[in-house]
Amino acid sequence: MGVGIEVSNLNAWYGSNHTLQDINLNIPANHATALIGPSGCGKSTFVRCLNRMHETNPIARVTGMVRIGDRDIYADAKPVEIRRRVGMVFQRPNPFPTMSIYDNVAAGLKLNGFSNRRALDEIVEHSLRNSALWDEVKDDLKKKSGASLSGGQQQRLCIARALAVDPEVLLMDEPASALDPVSTSKIEDLIFQLKSQYTIVIVTHNMQQAARVAEKTGFFLNGRLVEFDSTHKIFTNPADKRTEDYITGRFG
Amino acid sequence: MGPGKEGPSPVRVFLLSRGNSAIADRAFRWLMTLCAFSIFGIVGLIAWRLMVSSQMTWSQFGLGFFYKSFVDPVNHQPMYWDPVNGYFSAVPFIYGTLVSSFLSLLIAVPLGVGLAIFLTEMCPRALRGPLAFLTELLAAIPSIVYGLWAMYALVPLLREYVNPLLTSLLGWTGLFNNDNPTGLGFLAGGVILSIMILPIISSLTREVMTAVPHSQREAVLALGATRWEMIRMGVLRNARIGIVGAIILGLGRALGETMAVTMVIGNTPEIHKSLLANGTSMAAVIANEFSEAVSDLHRSALIEIGLALFLVTIVVNACAQLLVWVVTRGAPAQAR
Repeated sequence: MGVGIEVSNLNAWYGSNHTLQDINLNIPANHATALIGPSGCGKSTFVRCLNRMHETNPIARVTGMVRIGDRDIYADAKPVEIRRRVGMVFQRPNPFPTMSIYDNVAAGLKLNGFSNRRALDEIVEHSLRNSALWDEVKDDLKKKSGASLSGGQQQRLCIARALAVDPEVLLMDEPASALDPVSTSKIEDLIFQLKSQYTIVIVTHNMQQAARVAEKTGFFLNGRLVEFDSTHKIFTNPADKRTEDYITGRFG
Repeated sequence: MGPGKEGPSPVRVFLLSRGNSAIADRAFRWLMTLCAFSIFGIVGLIAWRLMVSSQMTWSQFGLGFFYKSFVDPVNHQPMYWDPVNGYFSAVPFIYGTLVSSFLSLLIAVPLGVGLAIFLTEMCPRALRGPLAFLTELLAAIPSIVYGLWAMYALVPLLREYVNPLLTSLLGWTGLFNNDNPTGLGFLAGGVILSIMILPIISSLTREVMTAVPHSQREAVLALGATRWEMIRMGVLRNARIGIVGAIILGLGRALGETMAVTMVIGNTPEIHKSLLANGTSMAAVIANEFSEAVSDLHRSALIEIGLALFLVTIVVNACAQLLVWVVTRGAPAQAR
C-alpha cells in the first residue's frame, strides 16, 4: 500500500541556480499526481528530491522537509533506505543491457541479498504481470537481454523492475516521452491500474496525459509551484492566470 | 529558387557540372581495402621470415624445441639451454615469459581497475586531473629507466624485506623458497612489469567506465544501491568487455617487454616453481645472446624463440578473445 507525501519549504539548487523555491504540497496516498509545466520549470528536480536522487549530482543541494509516510527523508533516513521504498522510472528506458529480462526485474532484490529462488520467481512474474509485460516476454525471460526489447517494452520492464522491490511510492519522470503513441497508451493504462496500490507521482509534458491518469495536478513555473489542485479544477477552472495561459497553450 | 528570367541559379549550374565521383569513390575503396589487407601481409611476412631464418633449429629439433628438455651429462639434472655444447630448448623461456607476465597481471589488474574506479566514481574533481596525468606519465618512461630503478631500488627492497616476509608467510606453498640471495627473479620481473602495464590497464578501463551512460548508474541507485553496488552493477558490469580488452592489451605489452625484465629476472635458463628463483624470458634471451651467438645454430635457435614469442602472443590473445566471446554470448555487447 502506498503512503502520502508531505513537502514543506523545499528548496533545491544546481550550483548557484535556485531550481526549486519554497515548494509546499501534500501528495495523497494511493492516487496518481501529475506535475506539469514548461521545460526547466523544476518539476523533474522536484521528483528527484522525493527519493534523494537530486543530491547524487555533486553540485546539487537541498533544504526543507519531505515526509514520506511517517519518515522525514532528509532528517532520519539514509538515501539508500529511501530509494528502496520510493521507486523511480526515468524518461529514457534504462534496462541493464548485460542482464536477462528476469535478472533485470530481480536486480533490486538481488542487490539487497534476497536469494529465495521460488519467491524470486513469483515476484518476477507478479511484477511483469503488473507492468503488463508478462505475456510478451514469458517465453524468453532468461534467454533475452533487457536491451533486446522494443522501447515501450523496455520502459514497462523498468516499471516492473521498480515494482519488484514493492515500493510505497512510484516516481515517474516523463515515462512516456520517448515512446510511440501505442506504447504511451499502454503505460497510461498501467498507471491507471497501479495507482490503487501505489502512490504515483508522474512528471509529464503532455497535458492530456495528466488529465487522463491523475486525480491531482500541480503546475510548476520557474522553480515555483504555481497551483496544486484536483486535475479537474486545474484543467477547467484554474485559479491562477498563469496556469490558464499554460493549459490553453498560450505559452510553454 | 525556381527558374526565373535569368535561368537556373549559379548553385544549380555548379552542382550540375559536377560528375558523380564514381571513379574517386572506387579508388578510395580500393585504397582502404589495401590498407586493411596489408595487415595480413605484414603478419604473414614476419612469420615467414622467422620460419626461414630458424630453419636450422627446425630441422635439428623439430617441434620438440618447444617442449623437450635434455639431461646434463655431468650432474644428470634436466637441462634446457647450452649453446656451447649445442643443446637448445625454448621451454624455460616460454615458462619465464608466461610466469612473469601473468604475475604482473595479478598485481596490475586489481590496482589498475581500482585506480580507474577511484578516478571515475569517487575522486574529488581537483585530484582527478593530476592523478590521471601521473598515471599516463608512467607509460611514457622508457623501459631502460624502469630497469635501472628496478635494479637499484626494487631488487634490494625485495631482497631485504619482501622476499624473507613472503617466505615466512607463504613458504609452505612452495612458491616462495628464499634460496636466491640476489633478489632477482620472476617476482622482480613481474613487479616491474606490473608497474609498466598499470597505465595501459587503468587508462583504458577508465575510458570504458566513463563511456557507461549515466542513466545506468541512476537506474541502480534508484533501486536503493550503495555506491559500491552501483559501481559493480551499473558500471563494471556494463564495462566488463572493455576492461577485458584493457587487460589483454596490458598482457600484450608484458609478454613482449624486454629491457626492464632482462635487467631483473636473473637470466638463468632454468625452470623453478619458486617465484623468488632466477629465471629468464623469451625477449630477455634474444636481447642478451643474439649479438654474441656462438654458432649459426645458436642464432637460429634465438630466432625460433622469437617465432615462439610471436605465436605465444597470438595464442594468448586468441584465448582472451574466446573468453570474451564465451562470457558475453547471447548478451549484447554494450550499454546504449
